[in-house]
This record gives sequence, structure tokens and C-alpha cells, in this order.
Amino acid sequence: MKKDEIPQDLGALGKITKEVCYATDSSGKYTTELSTGWDVKTTALDVAWTDIEKRIASAKQKVINKEASPLLFFMEYRLMDTSILADYTGFWQWQIKRHLKPEIFSNLSEKKLQKYAEAFNIKVNDLKTMTVHED
Amino acid sequence: MKIDFEHRQAAHCESGVTSNLLYTNSNGKITEPLAFGIGAGLFYVHIPFIKINNGPAIAFRTLPGHIFNRTCKSLGIPVVRKKFYSKEKAQAFLNECLTNGKPVGCQVGVYYLPYFPKEYRFHFNAHNLIVYGQKDDNYLVSDPIMENATTLGTYELERVRFAKGALAPKGHIYYPKTAAKITDDQIRLAIKSGIKKNVYNMLSIPGSFAGVSGIKNTGLKIKKWRDQLGLEKAGLYLAQLVRMQEEIGTGGGGFRYIYGAFLQEAEAYLPGYQLTDSSNLFTQAGDMWRTSAVHAAGIYKGRLGSQADFDIMGDYLIEIAGVEKRAFETLKKIKW
Repeated sequence: MKKDEIPQDLGALGKITKEVCYATDSSGKYTTELSTGWDVKTTALDVAWTDIEKRIASAKQKVINKEASPLLFFMEYRLMDTSILADYTGFWQWQIKRHLKPEIFSNLSEKKLQKYAEAFNIKVNDLKTMTVHED
Repeated sequence: MKIDFEHRQAAHCESGVTSNLLYTNSNGKITEPLAFGIGAGLFYVHIPFIKINNGPAIAFRTLPGHIFNRTCKSLGIPVVRKKFYSKEKAQAFLNECLTNGKPVGCQVGVYYLPYFPKEYRFHFNAHNLIVYGQKDDNYLVSDPIMENATTLGTYELERVRFAKGALAPKGHIYYPKTAAKITDDQIRLAIKSGIKKNVYNMLSIPGSFAGVSGIKNTGLKIKKWRDQLGLEKAGLYLAQLVRMQEEIGTGGGGFRYIYGAFLQEAEAYLPGYQLTDSSNLFTQAGDMWRTSAVHAAGIYKGRLGSQADFDIMGDYLIEIAGVEKRAFETLKKIKW
């Protein structure tokens, strides 16, 4: 890549910091230059987030339909699969899968709910009611 | 408590951290590209059967921790690295290092990293930064990908040092043990060893998931993605490939440009081995990766989408594999 071909499209990161790119100058020598972003990768990130939003919305519907517990919603919201959630909470994955059932979730002890709330960085009450405070 | 340390921005977190931690030892000679090349940072791997963020598990660089380790070892600098089960012990050790006037590298997860934009917060645990002091209740942090130094609260730092999931950092902390000076002869030896290691990683790892054969294999897979996954999911997969390739920390073109810069700098230490010619091949490979990203963007933006478009995309990767194979075979043939 030539130095003067480095894209300067404003992406999410560009609002906070510019990033270092390596490129060649007119004599072919490598040098660094700051870039505010490239729309090709901004779109790649957008595509990923649109998919995540879709998953969150579908999880929310499942919880409303009583097909899943609010755990599913917050897992999608926090981009966690059962394995990551197991690491954060100390539960086994099979336990988490059980807790994804609404009838079992509704009987969970306060102590267990607290563990989940901590992993999601939310309050127990918000976990039960599926409430999100933007952070 | 303030340690004499100057924040310097870099493209890639681990090679930036390595270069900055070795700044005093090397009098600034170990630049980011040199750290990346000596650490044999360039790689390609597409791990089968594993999904990351519901997409393919692809990486363009070697395993986290390897660059720092290899670079220091090759340069004859002993390394201290520690992981912890206890958060309290991890913090106590960090404070002790800072009291002794040592800036230290820390492996962290980015999901709860407060100064990162929300869009970039995934459960990615192989980010690296330097802690170089304490002020009031905050730690002074030099994150190589940021333009300026920043700070993290005690709890904020603990949370990212003990992020969970794949490659969990477990409080991983590391630094060069001594302030021994690095000589030009050591740098020359280290460059040779770094290149040899990288040649091995890209040409000789058995199986078809890593190195240049991995790139070719992904190319072949991409041609089947449209039928196997459907257009939408195939687009998501391509977007993930592009993100791994171009996102912050890569310097562009899936680290190929940094490697090109490394070979140019290496030429200054080891003239007569045509390293600049090899450098040009990596620049070419980087350019091809970026051209393929533009094509991929056409697919995930919905502008392209026919089987022919996927075939073209796959062919790009197969062609890149050819160029990189040629580049590494040239390096392999050098009689040092």
C-alpha cells in the first residue's frame, strides 16, 4: 500500500483514536501513517453488530414467549456463550443450559442469580425483568 | 510514583508493547517491525470446528505471548512472566513491580476495557498494554494502539486482567528481567532466527489449516460457503475474515505490511541477502489481501452475491497463498 492511498474514512475507532498503518513512500521505503479508518472494515463491523442485534431481538422474543429464561437475552446482549458464562460464574455448562428454561430459572436462589448478575454487570432485579441500562 | 517511560503508539498491541518495553535495553533500536519479525509474528491459521463470535476462527498472527517471549529470548534478554489464580496476589505483584520502577506488560480482555469504543468490545482476551505507574486511585496505562497514554481504575484494571473465556489472561504479567544492553550482533542473530522460525510456521506445519496451505484451504472453503451457509451467513463469515485481517492492531493487510517493513529494516542489519526484494513480495501480498477485502465487502454489503463472486473471492486467497509461498521459499533458501 502506498502512503497516499491509506484510507481516511471515519469509523467508530477514528472518533476516539487514529490507528497506525504501515505503507510505502514514493521511494518504496516503509513508513507509518495515521488513519481514521476504512469503510470496508467499518462495514464489516456493522455487519457483525447487525447480526448481534438480530440475535438479541430474537432472544427477547423467546423470553417473552416463555420459551427461554432472561438468561438467554443477557447472554446474547453480552455476547457470551455458555462456555464464557460458565467461566465467569463458576457454574457448569449443563447447569447454565438448565437455567435457560424459564420454569427452572424462576426458582433459582438469590445467590445464584447474583452470580449471573455479576457476570453480566447488571442488578438481579434487571436480570429478572430483562431491563437494560445503556452503559 | 512515576516511572521514566514514554508512551509510543504502534500498530499492533503485542509487538508495540515488546518494542516499548525493550526501548531502554535497545536504545530504541528494537522498533515495532523488528519486534514483530524477530518474534516470528506473521502467521495464518483457520482452525476447523471452532467458532468465534458465531464465525470462522481465523488469525493472521502467531499465538498471543509468543512475540514478546521469542523476541526477548532471541536477543538474550531474560523474561519474567507470571499468571495468577488470586486477584489480590496479581495486584500485589503489579504494585511491587511499579514500586521497583519497572514498567510491565499485561495481557487483558477488551470486553470490559472502558476506553475502547463499544463497537470494538468483543470477548477478545489477547490484547496487551503497559502499566507504568500509579496516580491517586488510578494506574497509568500505555496502550500501544491508542494515540495517547490513558488510565484505568483499580477495579477496571482487575476486571480486564481477569477477563474470562478463550485465552483468559489470568492476570498474565511480563517484563524484561534485566536492563542488559542489546548489541547489533545480537540483533543480527535474532533477525535470522526470527525469519527461520517464520519460514517454518508458514511452510512446514503439517495439515492444511495453518501457514500458506491454510490460506489456500480457506480459499477453497469460501467457494462452498454460499451453498453451505446461505448468502447471509456467508457474508457474515467474510466480514469476520476481513475484521481479523484489517482491524486495529494489524497495521493493514493482515500484518503483511508490518512484515514487509521488518524485512526492509532487516536489510540494513544484514545487507546482501536481497531482503528488500522479499519485502516487496509481502507488500504485494498485503495489497492483494486488501483488494480481496474490497471484494468481500461487495458481498457483505449486498452489492455482489453470485456463486461467481464467491469463486473470485476464493481465487484471491489461493493466489495470495501462491505469493506468500514464493516469498517464504525465497527466505528459506538464504544461505546465512
